[in-house]
Amino acid sequence: MAEIELEYLGTTAAAAPPKPLGPKRARRLGFSYLLPLVIPLVLLVLWELLSRRGLVRPTILPAPSAIGATARELVASGELIHHLLVSLWRVTKGVTLGAGFGLVAGLVVGLNPWAERAVSLITGVLRPIPIIAWVPVLILWMGIDEGSKITVIAIGSFWPVLLNVVHGIRNTDRKILEVAKVFQKSRATLLFKVVLPAALPSIFTGMRIGIGIAWMSVVGAELIAASAGVGYLIMYARELSQADVMLVGVVSIGVTGLAIDFLIRRLERRLLRWNANLQ
Amino acid sequence: MQTEEGKSLVIDRLDKQFSVASDVVQALSEVSLVARPGEFISIVGASGCGKSTLLRIVAGLETATAGEVRLGERPIRNPGLERGMVFQEARLLPWMTVWDNIAFGCRAETPNAERRELVEQHLELVGLKGFEKAYPHQLSGGMQQRVSIARALMNRPEVLLLDEPFGALDAMTRITMQQEVLRIWETERTTMILVTHDIDEAIYLGDRVVVMSSRPGTIRRVVPVPLPRPRDRSAYEFVQIRKEIYAEFFEDVQRPFAYAI
Repeated sequence: MAEIELEYLGTTAAAAPPKPLGPKRARRLGFSYLLPLVIPLVLLVLWELLSRRGLVRPTILPAPSAIGATARELVASGELIHHLLVSLWRVTKGVTLGAGFGLVAGLVVGLNPWAERAVSLITGVLRPIPIIAWVPVLILWMGIDEGSKITVIAIGSFWPVLLNVVHGIRNTDRKILEVAKVFQKSRATLLFKVVLPAALPSIFTGMRIGIGIAWMSVVGAELIAASAGVGYLIMYARELSQADVMLVGVVSIGVTGLAIDFLIRRLERRLLRWNANLQ
Repeated sequence: MQTEEGKSLVIDRLDKQFSVASDVVQALSEVSLVARPGEFISIVGASGCGKSTLLRIVAGLETATAGEVRLGERPIRNPGLERGMVFQEARLLPWMTVWDNIAFGCRAETPNAERRELVEQHLELVGLKGFEKAYPHQLSGGMQQRVSIARALMNRPEVLLLDEPFGALDAMTRITMQQEVLRIWETERTTMILVTHDIDEAIYLGDRVVVMSSRPGTIRRVVPVPLPRPRDRSAYEFVQIRKEIYAEFFEDVQRPFAYAI
């Protein structure tokens, strides 16, 4: 079947065999990796110069080199890692709860139109409430310990997962549903082989947004009341007027968030290999 | 190969009305047709003439307003595995490999060993051996349609319904695919009903060509194609039949002079 093979190669030649790394292509690749670093580096150099000239007060905004030194110290003493791990562990527990409930609720609502109608009013009222508004309420109900913080995170990650699961299920291609009908597939096959895989890209989007919000919520909750965690580190440093420690805390939140997002994207690309849009 | 006596597909005075807003549109009116077991029937018509609706009723995806469709003695109301369907778009499941897509056509109760063998067999039938691990987005349109045909044949349907299956393919691929379908029909001896707007395709493949007219969709004529296969599209008899069918569509247009070179 020579003509078929040709047909096949014709459509995938661009994607399948990795092109040899010519000098021109290698340069372009290196450039695309370096490009995102240019603006931050320029800003850092500028900032450092201004600090050295004494144009920025170090008690308000320490020089990048000073912040770097503090970061090294905090990492070496294990303090930063300890606080990050405490926060991450809270996020893990909260997201498991929130995303878990979000997934289940999303399936129920997505598969039953009457369920959506039944909960439409209550979700409409609850969804726009900023997560931070829940913190004092939850502290009143659950005390100042882990429970309230984890609940805040759970609430934060619940909504995006719920909404995206419903969206993913609703958007399953009707034409493919018709194929399942023609082949007389059972409800279970329909759910696990057709609807869920079709919804998976949306579910991933929900997870990514949910984890992002969870990471923001944990810091919020820790700023209000905690004895460990990155939020606590920042709050405590403010009380001691340690601007450098505060900034290390703030930047570490961003870096951790970036790392989490990177990991989810990798997982997504592995699980959604079939999705041509991701290749 | 000795096959058991198949069943005829009987389309009996079908009517189909759609309500669009407050209007009622008559999509099909008094459509009757009998496909003998193993017969290849082509249905041609302009777009909107109800030919796809007719096929979807036979597939059990739509219900007729009046009249009925029977396979043998049994009336058809729902989709069933004894009727396979190939849509215009291949409609593969993008998250499944070629292998899994073909296996998707299998009955749930088929034991694994048998399922494997069936998939192997059908991969070979449509000429896709070696591509079982590919995902649909890695295949060309023609290859996707081959997978779709293999999937539809997995249950050994008595009737295969083809709804403009090559409409979205380029002219070259379309001709290759027509030859492929012919080859498959000759090995499987399934009753085939092909809906198309391509008159050449209809004549090339069909034992009979059903010409439909629009609004309401009715059968205007049934043209037999008594030519041996494989058919030569430029043979005199072929061209005569084409002309006859053309005339059905473009009556008002002045008839051209006899074909002469």
